[in-house]
Parts: sequence; C-alpha cells; structure tokens
Amino acid sequence: MADDIILATDDVTMRFGGLAAVTDFSIAVKRGSIAGLIGPNGAGKTTCFNMITGFYKPTEGRILYEGREVTGLAPHKVCKAGIARTFQNIRLFGNETVLENVMIGRHLRQKTGWLQAVLFTPAYLREDKAMRSHCLELLDAVGLADLADDKANSLAYGAQRRLEIARALATDPGFLLLDEPAAGMNPHESQDLMGFVRTIRDDFNLTILLIEHDMKVVMGICEHIWVLDYGVTIAQGNPEAIRRDPKVILAYLGEEALDHA
Amino acid sequence: MRRGQIILFNCLAMIAAGLFLWLAKDTFDGYKIQILNLIAINIILALSLNLIYGFTGLFSLGHAGFMAIGAYVCSILIMTPDQKDMLFILEPAYDWVQNAQAPFLAAVIAGGLAAALAGIIVGYPLLRLGDDYLGIATLGFAEIVRVLANNFPRLTNGALGFKGIPDYANLWWNFGWCLVTLYVIVRLLQSNTGNVLKAIRDDEAAARAMGVNVFRYKLLSFTVGAFFAGVGGALLASLLTTIDPKMFLFTLTFNILMIVVAGGLGSLSGTVMAGIGITVLLEWLRVVENPVDLFGFELPGVPGMRMVVFSLALIIIILFRREGLMGMRELSWQSVARVFSRGKA
Amino acid sequence: MNSAMFIQHMLNSLTLGSLYALVAIGYTMVYGILRLINFAHSEMFMLGAYFVFWGITLGQLPWPVAMALAIAVTASLGVLVDQVAYRPLRDAPRISALISSIGVSFFLQNVAIVFFQAIPREVYRPQWLEDPIITHGVRILPLTLFVPFLSLLFMLVLLWIVYRTKAGLGMRAISKDIETSYLMGVPVNRIIALTFGIGTALAAASGIMWALRYPQLQPMMGTIPGFKAFIAAVFGGIGSIPGAVIGGLALGFIEIMTVAFFPDLAGYRDAFAFVLLIMVLMFKPTGLMGERLEDKV
Repeated sequence: MADDIILATDDVTMRFGGLAAVTDFSIAVKRGSIAGLIGPNGAGKTTCFNMITGFYKPTEGRILYEGREVTGLAPHKVCKAGIARTFQNIRLFGNETVLENVMIGRHLRQKTGWLQAVLFTPAYLREDKAMRSHCLELLDAVGLADLADDKANSLAYGAQRRLEIARALATDPGFLLLDEPAAGMNPHESQDLMGFVRTIRDDFNLTILLIEHDMKVVMGICEHIWVLDYGVTIAQGNPEAIRRDPKVILAYLGEEALDHA
Repeated sequence: MRRGQIILFNCLAMIAAGLFLWLAKDTFDGYKIQILNLIAINIILALSLNLIYGFTGLFSLGHAGFMAIGAYVCSILIMTPDQKDMLFILEPAYDWVQNAQAPFLAAVIAGGLAAALAGIIVGYPLLRLGDDYLGIATLGFAEIVRVLANNFPRLTNGALGFKGIPDYANLWWNFGWCLVTLYVIVRLLQSNTGNVLKAIRDDEAAARAMGVNVFRYKLLSFTVGAFFAGVGGALLASLLTTIDPKMFLFTLTFNILMIVVAGGLGSLSGTVMAGIGITVLLEWLRVVENPVDLFGFELPGVPGMRMVVFSLALIIIILFRREGLMGMRELSWQSVARVFSRGKA
Repeated sequence: MNSAMFIQHMLNSLTLGSLYALVAIGYTMVYGILRLINFAHSEMFMLGAYFVFWGITLGQLPWPVAMALAIAVTASLGVLVDQVAYRPLRDAPRISALISSIGVSFFLQNVAIVFFQAIPREVYRPQWLEDPIITHGVRILPLTLFVPFLSLLFMLVLLWIVYRTKAGLGMRAISKDIETSYLMGVPVNRIIALTFGIGTALAAASGIMWALRYPQLQPMMGTIPGFKAFIAAVFGGIGSIPGAVIGGLALGFIEIMTVAFFPDLAGYRDAFAFVLLIMVLMFKPTGLMGERLEDKV
C-alpha cells in the first residue's frame, strides 16, 4: 500500500441476518486529508463507522490502518491503535465534569494506575499533574477551558459537540471519525465548525473522515467524498465531481429531479 | 478552599472521631458499643457495594457470598487448633484447616483476599452480562456459596457453623478498617481510574470508543469491592463470634443494598451517613419485635415487624426519592463551609 | 434402578417441572413486557397457598371453591403490586423497578411472618388425591397426575389468551415495542395489569398445588421455587412462553433425576439450578428460545 494512504478498507461487507447493510465498501483515505462520507438516511454510513471502530465485526473484507490490519479488533484496541470517533447522538459521560470527560479519553496513554494513587507515589503525582494540564490545553483548543469544572450534561448543544471532539483528541489519534458534527447547528455555527475542523486537522496532525448531511459543510471542507446509497458506494471523487454526478443527484432527490435537471 | 486546609480538616475530623471512640469505649454500655461496631462494618460493606454498583453500574447481589467467604477464612485462621478440635463434631476438619493459624490482621486480610479471588473467578464469566442478569447470577453465586458451606463439613462444620470465634474485632479494629476502606475507595475514585469506572456506568459504548477495556475495569471494580466485602465479613464473624450458613442469606445483601440506595448511588458520604442511620434504625426497630411493657400491660412482640417496616422504607425511598440522601453528590468541606456562611448571612 | 422406579421418577419430574413452568410463565410474561425481574412473584406463590389454607380453616369453604377464590384474590394482589410499586417507575432506570420488587418481596414475606406466623402449617389434602393407583407394579399417586393435568389446562387457557384474543395481541405488541404500542392506541396500562393478573394467577395456582405435593406452609416457601422458576424462564429464553414451559419441565427433570441417580448430590439440590443458570448465561445468554437483543451504537 502506498505510504500516503493512512486508512484503507478492502471490499468490506456487513450483513445483519440476511440483510446487507453495507456491500463491498472500499475506500482509501489520504494522510492529512479531510474526507467525507455522504448518502441519504439509512444508506449505511454509521455502519461503516461502526465497522472501522470495531463496534461491528465485518462479515467480509479487511480494514487496514497504517498498513496494519485492524479488522474485527475490539473497539478499545482500535482506539489504542490511533482511531478515535464521535457519535451521531452525542454520547458524553453526562455525570462527569468537562475536564473528567477529557481525562477519561487520556487514560489510554496513562502509565501509572490506581494503586499508585492510593500510595501517593511521586511518579503518579507527576503524571497526574501533567495529564491535567494537557487535558486543559485540549479544552482550551476547543474553547471550553472556562467550563472545565461544569458537568458535561449541563453544556449547550454546540459545546457538547466540541467536548466530544476534545475527548477524542485526548486519545492521541492519528485518524478521527466525526459522525455528523454539524447536526443541529445554524448556518453561522456550521461555518465556524468548518474552520474548527481544519484547525484541529492542522494542529494535531490528523486525518479526518466525516459523515455529514449539511452539503455546504461537506463541499466546503472535504477533499475527497464517497457516496453511499443502500449500502453500495455509488460515487467518489472531489466535491466538484460529486456535485455533478447524476447518480448522486438521483440517490438524493429521486427520478423526477433528474428529469428537471 | 486550599488543599492544605482540606487535609487539616480531614485530620481534625479523624482526631474527633478517635476521641469519640475513646470516650465511648469507657462510658457506653455493651449494647451501644455493639451498635457502633455494626455501624463500622456496615459502612465497609456498603462502601464496597457502592463502588461496584453505584460507581461502576454493576448490579451485583452477591455480597453475602463474598462476606461468607471472608468470614469463614478469617474464623478458621483465628481459632486455635484445640478449639477446632472441639468444634468439628460432624466430621473432623481437614488437617490444613485444623492447623492453619494466623494473627487477626493477617486473617482479616486473608479473608479479603479469598473473597477477591472468588470475585475474579465469578466476575470473569459473569461480568459480560447485562445489569439485571448480572444481579440474578451473582445472587446465584451467593446461594451456591451457602450450599457449599452446608455440604463441606470438614471445612465449614456444615449447618452447625462455628461458635466461639475469638472476639478480636473491637472498636479500633472495625473503625480502623472502615477508615482504610474509605481511604482506598476515595483515592481509587479520585484517580483517573475512578473517572473510567464512572464512564462505564454512564455510557459503556462511549467508554469503549474512548479506548477503555471495559471488561478489565469492571473486573477491577468487582474484585476490589469483593475484597472489602470479605474484610467486612471477616470482622463481622469475629464481632458476633458465631457464624453459620443461614447467616448469609439474601437478607444480608438486601440490608446493604438498602444502605447504598438510601445514601445515594454514587455518593460515598451518603453511604457513610446512611450506614450510620440505617444501622441505628435496624437496631431500634428490634423494639417492635420484643414484648413491650406499657403502663403495666404486656404487649406481645411481633416477629417480622422489623423487616416489614424496613422493606416498606426501601419501597418508599425508591418510589419517592430514588436518588437517596445525596444522589451523586458528595459532602465536602466546601459544602459544609457554604452552609455555615449562609447561616451567618 | 428398575423401570417401575424410573416411571415413578418421570412422573415426579413432570409434576415438579409443571409447577416450575407455571411460575416461570409469570416471570417470562412480565419480563417480556417490562424487562423487569419481578422478585415479588415468588411471594404470590406463597400467598396463593396460604389463602387456600385460610379459606378452608377459617372460611369452611370446600377445597375447589377455596382454590378458585385464592387464585382470584392473589391475582388482584399481583395487579395491585404493579400499580403501587412498579407503575410509577416505568420511566425510571430499569434497576429501580427491580429494587422496588425486591422490596415488595421482602415486605410480603415479612407481612406473612407477622400475620401467619413463621411456624409451618399442615395443609388439607382431598382424600381422592391420596389413594394410590397401583398398576403393573407402579404405584402412582393421583396427585402426580392431577398436577400436570391441571397445569396443562392452565397453560392451554393462557396460550389461547395470548395467541387468540385481542388482549393477547396487545401483549405481544407491547413486548415488541412499548413506545410504538402507546402510539398505536394499545391500552398499554390495562394490558400490563392483565399480564400481572394472569401471571400471578398462575403462580398462585402453582403454589396451591405445591402445597398439595409438599404439604407444609411457611412464609419463606416461595423463595427457592421462585428463584428456580425464574432460572427455568431464563433457560428457556426469557420472554418466550413456550420457552418457560420447556425450561420448567427441564429443570424439574434435571433435579429429580440427578438426585435419583446420584443420591450423594442430594445436599446440593438447591445449587443445581444456580449452576445451570450461570452456565446458560455464559454460553447462551438468550436461552433456548429467546430472541437476541443488541445494544445499538
């Protein structure tokens, strides 16, 4: 595999019972790019995310990250390998504080454990301090540093989305999956989001794959886009090519729209 | 409030508690001292269950089983060989049971470790189960422990159990262990490991996506909880000086669950307060089960009434104040200070 | 072991198994609809038996009348328990209702200790159930035939209700998806009440027949059979009525036969069920006939 491909899927198929949710899903995401996965509701986009992150074990096919096979690994191992994600319906640890949420993401890179905490060993205290300041920096990067001690479920919607991203960043990922990051945002907010996604890509050396329904966002930031319909990849290419692809227009708007177009 | 101040207040509180115990030891009658001892042990047991259920979200009903293991192991180790010779009348004890002996501290730790080992063995297959299934399966584990205790007379003296266990578990031991339990669990929960446990409770799938090896952490919480349940059982055996399989019925787990629910799932200070309150309440309710002399009329005692009132209290709490006394909040020096400053204003 | 003894054991298994099955049906129905392990169910078993006892000794009622009345009274009690202790918790976390049911279970048990006293009581048994029939060297108590027969009758009535009536359709709808059932105009609360009524009636019937088989009443008598019946329901696949019946019969069979073939294991009798439970949960958590439930990400 070429060195500039960070994540590749190879004819990945997911069947639930007899029903094929995703068929022969093959993508190759370039290192350092922002890529998009779009398609109508129920096209199987989140299923793809769930397969990449280990929540579903694909019925067939392989998933390679940095040239290493991660197919069917448990989610926590996938995360350890460097793939982090957010959820479509925000899933924060609601009873914990904003800072604690980020620290939970950081635990993966922590070397000292709870026994050292009980014994107050110097190594633990040093690491704990360093971890806290690192997590506060992450919160600063997403603009939530002032709310560090608030409960996660007391945050406003947009802030919850950003916290979810900060939490994912805490795991030190090389590859970040964002599931509908602009959902529920007004045009102004999604404009900000586009800048934000680019910034974190640059600042944290990330490659990003996102699912999004807001076409302005997708066309605005993605360098390469894959389009799913009924689990089948019907098109791929740069935003310009996708915008003009009749199959995509057909999938989104139905037969009539094409006639009028 | 600064960290130094908090440490100072904690030390002051410990000294005050120590003074109270020192005074109580000489001035209280035996019955009141017994209640104090039970408070300490119940707090140990409830803290360990709250770690498992309140903080990690594992609905476990197996506490009586862990307690039984701790109680039997500790008792075997602190009874003298002569005592065991007299005690095992159904069948003679195994040689290693007969000869095993250890000082009290080591015996209590051994009881805890045995329970922790049982926690690992049981937790390994069972912790993959969802909440209510886990509850019923751990309840099954506790029942199996009881059945085994009944059927291994050479180890446990069968249904007769042990009598005359040395009564080493005095106020100092019990409250000392209570403090150790509180300290270890507080530190565990304040560390990032504690955050991870709470994350599993709040959203298991999200925790897995964040790289948490959910099973390993569940097993950790379950094992630490089992250890302290074993310690509690060991202390209880030495406090009561008799144990038998009937003592470790589901009722025992129920009482502890009651303390945890009443104090607040996910609140250690709530557990401590409820531990005190409910132990006192349970003892006080014994009054209704004993005959009462009222103005010269003898009212007969009503057996069972204690548990009627007690179980009704649990239903009422769960129906009308599900979060218990404290919910997930903790009583801290800051909140105490706030109450006082509000009083002045 | 000769064949006569074997037949005897088979009949005993059938009797015990059908008693477990009747109780298991109640657990499985309630779990199927509310995802609640109703701990108080085993107390319904105990109360049914006691109500017959009081009906005969205090009310001077003939046995069949006492039985019918006891089933009706217990069933109403089951509905009442749901209304008071579970219904307010429908929107609460699932474990809250479970804790409430543990509370109700202890409450009823101890109310029974207070009012009925803890001393075991002897039960009246109709004479015609006691005179043994002897054919081909096999000695059969009419009781061992009567219990499975009556159980079968109850189960047929139940199956008719669940699969042939409108209320049964509602039950099946709710167990698939309670939210949608509300929207579709299914009278959810009435049907849940009916489910508790039917489930409890079967538990009471089982308790009454249990008391014929093991003629001693005491307030804790429901606990162990209750647990075992629940395990039977899990074994058969919780939520499935045929599963509960099969699970109950299988458990009765395993218990009787193990003790018959390995008398040394008699002391462990009460542990079999729990070992079985743990094994089922480890290897096939959905039971024999259960459906698979997945956590959606």
